[in-house]
Amino acid sequence: MSNFFTMLADPNMRWIFFGCMLLGLSSGVIGSFTYLRKQSLVGDTLAHAALPGICIAFMLTGVKSIGIFLIGATLAGIVATFGIGYITRHSRLKQDAALGIVLSSFFGLGIVLLTFIQHGDYGNQAGLDKFLFGQAAAMVGSDVMTMSVMSAFLVTICALLFKQFKLISFDPGFAKGLGYNVGLLEQLLMLLVVVAVVAGVQAVGVVLIAALLITPAVSARYWTNRLGTMIILSGAFGALSGALGTWISSSVSNLPTGPVTVLAATAVFVLSVLLGPERGLLAKRILQARVKRSFLKENEVLHTASGERMKGETAG
Amino acid sequence: MSDFWILLTGSLVAACCGIVGVFLVLRKIAMIGDAISHSVMPGIVIAFLISGTRDSLVMMFAALLFGLLTTFLIGLFQRSGIQSDASIGVVFTALFAIGVILVSLFARQVHLDQDAILYGEIAFVHWNLWEVGGVSMGPKAVWLLGVTLIVIAAVIGLFYKQFKLCAFDPALAAAIGIPVALFHYMLMGLVSMATVSSFESVGAILVVGMLIIPASTAYLLTDRLGMMISLSIAVGVASTFAGYGASIILDASIAGCIVCAAGLLFVAAFLLSPSHGLISRRLRQRKLAAETTANGARAV
Repeated sequence: MSNFFTMLADPNMRWIFFGCMLLGLSSGVIGSFTYLRKQSLVGDTLAHAALPGICIAFMLTGVKSIGIFLIGATLAGIVATFGIGYITRHSRLKQDAALGIVLSSFFGLGIVLLTFIQHGDYGNQAGLDKFLFGQAAAMVGSDVMTMSVMSAFLVTICALLFKQFKLISFDPGFAKGLGYNVGLLEQLLMLLVVVAVVAGVQAVGVVLIAALLITPAVSARYWTNRLGTMIILSGAFGALSGALGTWISSSVSNLPTGPVTVLAATAVFVLSVLLGPERGLLAKRILQARVKRSFLKENEVLHTASGERMKGETAG
Repeated sequence: MSDFWILLTGSLVAACCGIVGVFLVLRKIAMIGDAISHSVMPGIVIAFLISGTRDSLVMMFAALLFGLLTTFLIGLFQRSGIQSDASIGVVFTALFAIGVILVSLFARQVHLDQDAILYGEIAFVHWNLWEVGGVSMGPKAVWLLGVTLIVIAAVIGLFYKQFKLCAFDPALAAAIGIPVALFHYMLMGLVSMATVSSFESVGAILVVGMLIIPASTAYLLTDRLGMMISLSIAVGVASTFAGYGASIILDASIAGCIVCAAGLLFVAAFLLSPSHGLISRRLRQRKLAAETTANGARAV
């Protein structure tokens, strides 16, 4: 624990710590919507697809600026979303195959470009490979600032468009009937996923950022049936995972932040699976035992009652 | 010589992944292939740490175990009410994270680094030789992949009818008494084997490409299962050759180039396939429309 306070004593580390918490919070919030729209793996695909976008942005400009990466990743994300939709609509392949195809070919391209950059003379390329698994401790003040601003932006958009996103999550047809531009809103949600991916690329890395979009939302779903509560819980779980991930990975040398954050989120998930009040395993077992007991009791009453009657009959 | 071994390794990867990939695509569980290819990671690392060698049999066994564990966990969470894609996402990210952490913590013991996980080491395949009594028998990876290919071909060949029925109509298969669940787990076992033997050569994430892309390409080209399997292997081998050539010209990652080549072949099939391609379908539609209007005009 003392280790925790020494970390917080370092001002740069403190910023990184809060930045990662905010990142976990915002991806947890966005993840709730993608989970309810049954698009969890789309987040995974978009995260992998961001890699070539980031590489191309770096190759064209030669600077490691999160703003430029955002543009590159967003363009790649748009192409990827379009590709998934196009393959699903215009061939007999189903969405899962389309996701797999887009994910692996984009990531393959990203790896090619990454090795291309490493072999070529792109001066300041060091650290670009850290984007795969993330290294929170290597971030500097301006990175953290951008990341925090982006995360805050995501949460704000979700708060402002809560009603619209809620509608398209549960009943897109009804939303269309009410006159909302569902296509635009869906595209916007995808865009927010891309922004979350780019915000997290330095801290968690493209390979595992999808977990921050999926796991907290699934965990939150175990605790509640209300969307508002679920989003708050999911955000809280995400923030907790981000905090734990940063803390643990910065205290052990050579440990990438992404995997640790994911494991923290998974721990929360396992706890939720066990302890969730209605769907949790424990709650289900208790309910089963109670039903069984009451059933046996009723049966016993019937049994003894019929037994009494039979005894009476023979006696009579 | 190194060219020959790299191409042979790549082709064997393409064949192993191509065969099982067909069944993944047909059963609409392509993303489970993605999940398994990520989650065999901790199995491989733990096997390294326990056995202390890169002994292929131990590794294979551990990876098989983790592959089946992944399938089992995904099924378990799905039955407990989580959407299928979310349960896939939760399970594989967690297991992959464990694998990456183990690699970072014990990097010195396992001789594996994060690059090897992602890119594979196909370029160094001919350095890691298998020696019997001082006589070199060729690269280890080739032997491993060869044995895997034989096992996959044998299992699929023996139970071809059952796998076929399970792929197209699991309900009918169950009705006539085929143990569908057993065959599901058997397929998952084969996927895990294909993944772990390909893992060292092409890396964790690009295995997915070899599993899904050639099989999907073949799916767009034919309506017959036997043909689809052959085409899937052919596409995989073709992308290996094209990708290796491109990687030499561009001086870039071999595995990455192979997957990119596979992606390009997919795009070509998507556009140009004679039966299911975009262009041929457009032409057919146009012809149909012309015929209909002509018939309509004649009727009037």
